Amino acid sequence: MAQGKGEVIVDLKGVSKHYGEGETRVDALRALDLSVQAGEVVALLGPSGSGKTTLLNVIGCIIDPSAGQVALDGEMVFDGRWLRRDLRRLRLDKIGFIFQAHNLLPFLTALDNVALVLHLAGRSRADAQARAQELLDYLEVGHRARAMPALLSGGEAQRVAIARALANSPRIILADEPTAALDSKRAGIVMDLLRKLASEQDACIIAVTHDEKIFDRFDKLFHLRDGRLEQDDTIQAGDPQ
Amino acid sequence: MNLALRDVQHNLFRFVLTCLGLSLLMAVVLAMIGIYNGLVADALNIVRAPQVDLWVVESGTKGPFAEASKVPPETRDAVARLFGVAEAGSITYQTIEADHAGSTLRLYVIGYERGRPGGPLQIAEGRNLQQSHFEMVADAKTGLALGDKMRLGRNRFTVVGMVRDTMNSGGDPAVFITLADAQVLQSQLAPAAARVQAARGASMSEQATVAAVIARLEPTADAAALGRTVRQWKHLQAMTQAEQENLLIRSVVDKARRQIGLFLGILLSVSAVVIALIIYTMTMEKLKQIATLKLIGAPDRTIVGLIVQQSLVLGLAGWGFGLVLILAIKDNFPRRVVLEPLNVAVLGAIIFGVCIAASGLGVRAALKVDPATALGG
Repeated sequence: MAQGKGEVIVDLKGVSKHYGEGETRVDALRALDLSVQAGEVVALLGPSGSGKTTLLNVIGCIIDPSAGQVALDGEMVFDGRWLRRDLRRLRLDKIGFIFQAHNLLPFLTALDNVALVLHLAGRSRADAQARAQELLDYLEVGHRARAMPALLSGGEAQRVAIARALANSPRIILADEPTAALDSKRAGIVMDLLRKLASEQDACIIAVTHDEKIFDRFDKLFHLRDGRLEQDDTIQAGDPQ
Repeated sequence: MNLALRDVQHNLFRFVLTCLGLSLLMAVVLAMIGIYNGLVADALNIVRAPQVDLWVVESGTKGPFAEASKVPPETRDAVARLFGVAEAGSITYQTIEADHAGSTLRLYVIGYERGRPGGPLQIAEGRNLQQSHFEMVADAKTGLALGDKMRLGRNRFTVVGMVRDTMNSGGDPAVFITLADAQVLQSQLAPAAARVQAARGASMSEQATVAAVIARLEPTADAAALGRTVRQWKHLQAMTQAEQENLLIRSVVDKARRQIGLFLGILLSVSAVVIALIIYTMTMEKLKQIATLKLIGAPDRTIVGLIVQQSLVLGLAGWGFGLVLILAIKDNFPRRVVLEPLNVAVLGAIIFGVCIAASGLGVRAALKVDPATALGG
C-alpha cells in the first residue's frame, strides 16, 4: 500500500452506535461519516455525553459499531471476519493511544513503559529498550528513562506516554484530552510535537479536547452533537498563533 | 519483561507484609498438622517403646492405655513359660503430679523390670537404671536434667538418664523407674482412706498389681495363636502389638485427632478464603492498569500471567516463610510438633491449588475489564 499525505487512514461511513433497546435506547453515534488523512491532526469537540469517547472507542477497535463501515489504514474492520485477538493485534500495530492521565504503568520505569509495547509486538528485549530510549531521547525525556512514573513531572509523563503511543510507529494516534493536565505553554509544546510526529510518520491524530487554547493546532475541528458530527468552520484551525 | 515481578518489586514493602501475614497463617496450619502428627506419634511411641509383640491385660478391659488394667505380677512367669515367648516383663503406668523446683510437673510414670522388656527405647543422655531403687530416666520435656533429684511419693529419685519424645497421648512426659518403686508409688498415692488404714497398721486388702505383662516372641511364633492361648485363662486378655496400636488410635486419641483434623480443615478453608481475597483485592487495585494493558494491545495471557504469577509468588512465599517460622519455634510448643516432609509437600501442593483457584477470581475480574475504561468518559 502506498503511503503518504492525502492517503485516507481513517474512513468511517454511516457509523451508528446505540446502547440498549426500546425506551432505554440511547443513540451515541448517528450515521456518522469521518475521513482523516495521513498527517492530519483532527479535534473532536462536544459536551459531555455527546459521543466523543464512543467515537474514539469505535476507531480504536474497542467497541463495534451498530451499523456502518469502518476502514482503518485501508483495512475494513468489524466486517464479521475480525476476532477479538485480531482487533487487539490491530491496536498494537496500528493505533497509538494517549490518555488524559498518562496511564503509565506505575511499576515500570519510563523506559520500560515504552519498551513494553514493543515487547508485546514481538521485539527482543534489547531491541525494544534501544528503540524506547531512542524515542525518549527524541522527545527530550531520555534523561528520565530510569525514573518511575510517580517521579515524573506532568509534562515528562505526557512525553513518555506519547513515546509509548508512537513506539510501534502507528498510523493512527487517538488522544483523549492530551493536554488537560498541562499548562497552556506545555499544552502548546505537546500539540506542536504531535503535529510534527504526525507529519514525520504519515500518521493521523484524532484528539478529544475541550482545551480552546490549542484549537489553532488542529487541521480540522469536528463538533459532536447528539451523536452527529459537524465540521466546525467558525473556529480558525490549522493556524498556530 | 515479567510484569508480575516488576509489580511485586514496586510494592515490595506491602507485598512482604502480605506475605508475612500469610506466612503466619501457614505457620498455624503447619503447627496444627504437626500437633496432629505429634498426638498420634506420642500415642504410638508409648506403645512401641517396649518393642514387644504381645500385651497381656486384665480380662474385659482394653488396658493399659484405653482402660485401667490390673494383672497379678505372677502372670509374667506364666506368660514367659508359653511356647514361643522369648522374654516377658511386667509394666505399670500411672500419671502423677509432683513438685520440682517450685513448679508442679505432670509426669507419666512407667515402672518396668530391669533387664526385661518395658524400659526406655533409647537413652539420649546418661545411662539406664542400674540400681533397684530411687533412680529414674526422664524425658527431656520434663525439664529435668541429669543429676536432678525430685520427690515422687515419699521417696527422692535421682535422674540418671534422659530420653526424648517419650510421652503419653495427653502429652505428659514419661519417667521410667523400677517396677518395685512404681508399685510403692502406687500404694503411696492410693486414696487417703487406704493410706489412713495402712498407717493404722491394718493390712492392705489389695495385693500389688501391674498394669500389663508384655512379651517379646520368637521370630517363628504366632502372636495371634499365643493370644488365643492367653485368653483361655479367662481372667486375662491378650492383644497383639498391632491390635494395641489400633485400639489406641481408635479409642484414645480418636476424638482429639478428629477435633484437630476438623480445626485443620477450617484453617485450610480460612487460608483459601484469605488468599483468594488478597489476590482479588490486588487485582481490583490494578483494574485501570489492566484496562490500559488491554487497550495498548496486551494479550490475555500477559494479564492472566500477571495475576497468576503474583498469586503463586504470594503462596510460595507464605508457605516458605511459614515453614521456616514453624521449624524455628516448634520445640517451644508444650506438645510435640511432628512435621513430616510429606505433610509439608502436601500442604505446598494444596496452597498451589488454592492460589490457582484464588487467582481464578482475579483473572475472571481482569478479563471482564473493558479496555474502554482506560479512556476517559
